Amino acid sequence: MLSKMVRTVANQLIVFIVIFGLYVIAHGQVTPGGGFQGGAVIVSGVVMLLVAFNANELKKSLRERSLSIMESSGALMFAALAFAGIGTAFFYNLLVGTPIFGHVPPTGANPGDIWTGGVVPLMNLAVGIKVVAGLSAVVLAMALFSSGEEVEE
Amino acid sequence: MRKVVGVISLLVLLGFLVWGVLLIHPFGYPSPTYMDDYIIENAQEETGNNNVVASVVFDYRGFDTLGEATILFTAVTGVLLVLRTLKRKEDGS
Amino acid sequence: MMEQIPLNFPFLAAALLIGISFFIIVLKRNLIKLIMGIAIMASGVNLFLVALGYRAGGNAPIYTEVPPGPMVFPVPQALTLTSIVISVAVLALMLTMVIRIYRHTGSLDSEKSRRMKG
Repeated sequence: MLSKMVRTVANQLIVFIVIFGLYVIAHGQVTPGGGFQGGAVIVSGVVMLLVAFNANELKKSLRERSLSIMESSGALMFAALAFAGIGTAFFYNLLVGTPIFGHVPPTGANPGDIWTGGVVPLMNLAVGIKVVAGLSAVVLAMALFSSGEEVEE
Repeated sequence: MRKVVGVISLLVLLGFLVWGVLLIHPFGYPSPTYMDDYIIENAQEETGNNNVVASVVFDYRGFDTLGEATILFTAVTGVLLVLRTLKRKEDGS
Repeated sequence: MMEQIPLNFPFLAAALLIGISFFIIVLKRNLIKLIMGIAIMASGVNLFLVALGYRAGGNAPIYTEVPPGPMVFPVPQALTLTSIVISVAVLALMLTMVIRIYRHTGSLDSEKSRRMKG
């Protein structure tokens, strides 16, 4: 565990890193970005917390059971969205035109609108949750194996 | 002796790579394809997306993203399986 | 052929990266340096994929407030995204194997863990 100044600065910075990562995930259809890129930003914030605090202290906040449930639900949501338009084709985009996410932007250059895209923003959210849970579980398991000897389950 | 033969054969491989790269089309003037022109013109009406790369990754070629999510899941499961130590019971049961 | 060298510079850089990584993988004995050589080869391949779809004077393929002109091809960028994620997964698996080998034999030399016994 590092000194008190490093721990305080890490506690204040993690809020801004998570907000920026969620912004990159949510604006995947207007600006460059998307699910994988935003997930990598949030995982780098978790690694910063792992360096500042001890791995045994971080295990009390991020339990392995909740990480496993998050990753499985992300993968299941992605597969369910792929099967939702099975009436026409396998990956059919069935939300274009409906009022949920279905505005059609005018052709050519235009200022962006968030409520566009059809099925794509929901798929971005599912992939972002999956990447965050999976990669932070891998990093936590590596740090715990090198320092201690007990890893549950 | 073995190291000299290895270094010489690797230098021959490097020469073949550099010579092969200089025979591709000049950088910036690729040959025209029909698939990319169709995607650039019709992606805004069919998917309703401003980002053409996201609509290619999740809508036109969504099957590859499904396979990639499976690879990520399998790799995480494999890592958590290798780094695991079982607790030994102290009371000999 | 000599006048194509200043034009083909990104392809030449990708080919040099792949060639240098071949040197590292064959001639080095430390396990961590082997894994770094594989990572450099992955970077070279991704650079080659992205540089294949460039059009002279093109803009990014996003329609939000884009200046007028031709657009770059979007399909090689989608393939590079998949390739980066796959290389991250394979590198994580390789690093856990190195952790286990170090815990079992006590050294990071690849000559000491060649025989399969024990």
